[in-house]
Amino acid sequence: MKQSDIRKEFPQLEQTVYSRPLVYLDNAATSLRCRSVVDKWEEMSLRLNSNLHRAVHRTANLATREFEDARAAVGGFIGADAGEIVFTSGTTQSVNMLAFCLGEQPGIFAPGDEILIAECEHHSNIVPWQLLAERKGLKIKVLPVNSKGELPLEILSGSLSGRTKLCCVAQVSNVLGVVNPVREIADICHANGTLVLVDGAQGIVHLPVDVKELGCDFYAFSGHKMYAATGTGVLYGRRALLEALPPFMGGGEMIGSVSWAGTTYADPPHRFEAGTQNIAGIPTFKPAIEMVKTLRDKDIVAENERIKSFISDALSSNPDVTLYGLPDSSARKIPLFSFSVAGAHHEDLALIMDKMGIALRSGQMCAEPLMDRFGVTGMLRASFAPYNTMEEAEYFVECLHKAVKMLK
Amino acid sequence: MISLEDAKAAVVEEFSMFDEWLDKYEYLIDLGKKLEMFPVEHKTDDKLIKGCQSRVWLDVEVQDGKLLFTADSDAIITKGIISLLISVYSGRSAEEIAGDNFDFVEQIGLRENLSPTRANGLASMIDTIKRLAAENVR
Repeated sequence: MKQSDIRKEFPQLEQTVYSRPLVYLDNAATSLRCRSVVDKWEEMSLRLNSNLHRAVHRTANLATREFEDARAAVGGFIGADAGEIVFTSGTTQSVNMLAFCLGEQPGIFAPGDEILIAECEHHSNIVPWQLLAERKGLKIKVLPVNSKGELPLEILSGSLSGRTKLCCVAQVSNVLGVVNPVREIADICHANGTLVLVDGAQGIVHLPVDVKELGCDFYAFSGHKMYAATGTGVLYGRRALLEALPPFMGGGEMIGSVSWAGTTYADPPHRFEAGTQNIAGIPTFKPAIEMVKTLRDKDIVAENERIKSFISDALSSNPDVTLYGLPDSSARKIPLFSFSVAGAHHEDLALIMDKMGIALRSGQMCAEPLMDRFGVTGMLRASFAPYNTMEEAEYFVECLHKAVKMLK
Repeated sequence: MISLEDAKAAVVEEFSMFDEWLDKYEYLIDLGKKLEMFPVEHKTDDKLIKGCQSRVWLDVEVQDGKLLFTADSDAIITKGIISLLISVYSGRSAEEIAGDNFDFVEQIGLRENLSPTRANGLASMIDTIKRLAAENVR
């Protein structure tokens, strides 16, 4: 399969900015949408719009089926049962919901207990736990990354104590692009009686995910970083764990029965899906997953690997460039490159390259503690998707060179 | 010293000579590089302008009823932008600055050509200049 066939499915790739072709290298912030996703969203909005799970009428049935089909598709995609898939508005909601529910579940946390968080997390996997720690008198401990951006397992063992009830780690950091050894982390944590949440926001689109193989207890991700509609997300939880969790919000489909004397709650996953759901958005998971699978075509993957090593070589051979996230094996790196350039501020570079048509991310990238770790106020990030071409990669390197020259 | 209106008109004319935004950036980079040294000891948090992605420091001194601005930033284009603002407003009375509408910023298309976060940064710079002027109105 050729990239050119795929690119047609993402109309935004044909856009121009400042009369130049758009080169979209901000895929880690959000991916572009493909036609099939937008078609599904339109179908749900214009033909199948009905509230879910409630009415007996035909369109309500069809809409509910689409929603539950998406659940089955997501479950199949990550090796989970449909009943273990809770729909949310995105990774941030998934983590916040889990933090709230775990905090309210009797017997999980006692004051003084610890939550271990990897240093490479984005704010969405830090702040919800800080909020919980404040409410429940818990301690936050940090699992540090080394200078290559890796999480050394020997440090993990030393960081766990009998009071460490939960470990939160990204499958892939949104800044470093390093694939963390989640399986090994989960094994070490479980031997210590510590639950493991994996933030899959960046991992889900780049890596094959099987939650059973990863061995995690919870796995959170967003739809919009894998071509699905914005405002869609998933919290996977092992069935036994979800069953023990109290609800997050009340109202809507989350109830068993309601009376003034007392209310019972639905079983998972509906227990955690209070209120009217994202009726049009959630069903787009199905075509989005199809697209992720299509883009794992061997020719496309081979081209993507070629681009990844081209960028990696171009940046690491430039003496002025400092790359963050350099694992020993390139297999442990997704095509996401955060870097700084000596004598050129990341904001200036992003501004200039924007005018050259290149969409990049600059700044702290929702990961301030990681910026502190590397002693910078921000970085510049280029994150590639399977639809980005070698031509775009070469243009990026050429423009970076020009922009640096302008600034020096 | 030329009038505020003339100073603003001069900037608008300068900018009208560039067809491409990259050329305007070259110009701003140049301004940024030429901006007078800002002593390190003045780079304190109370002089930082909030709402900018890069760090921007702005200091004011009152001499004979005129406000003298100095500024710095760790990003050169931002430094060029604050330098442009200072070149127009420094050395004028608090009353004149506080009463101005900063319309030339719109005319040179600076705001609309910056991303929202950076446009906020520009707005913060303008707000800070206005606030410092208002505080010094007699």
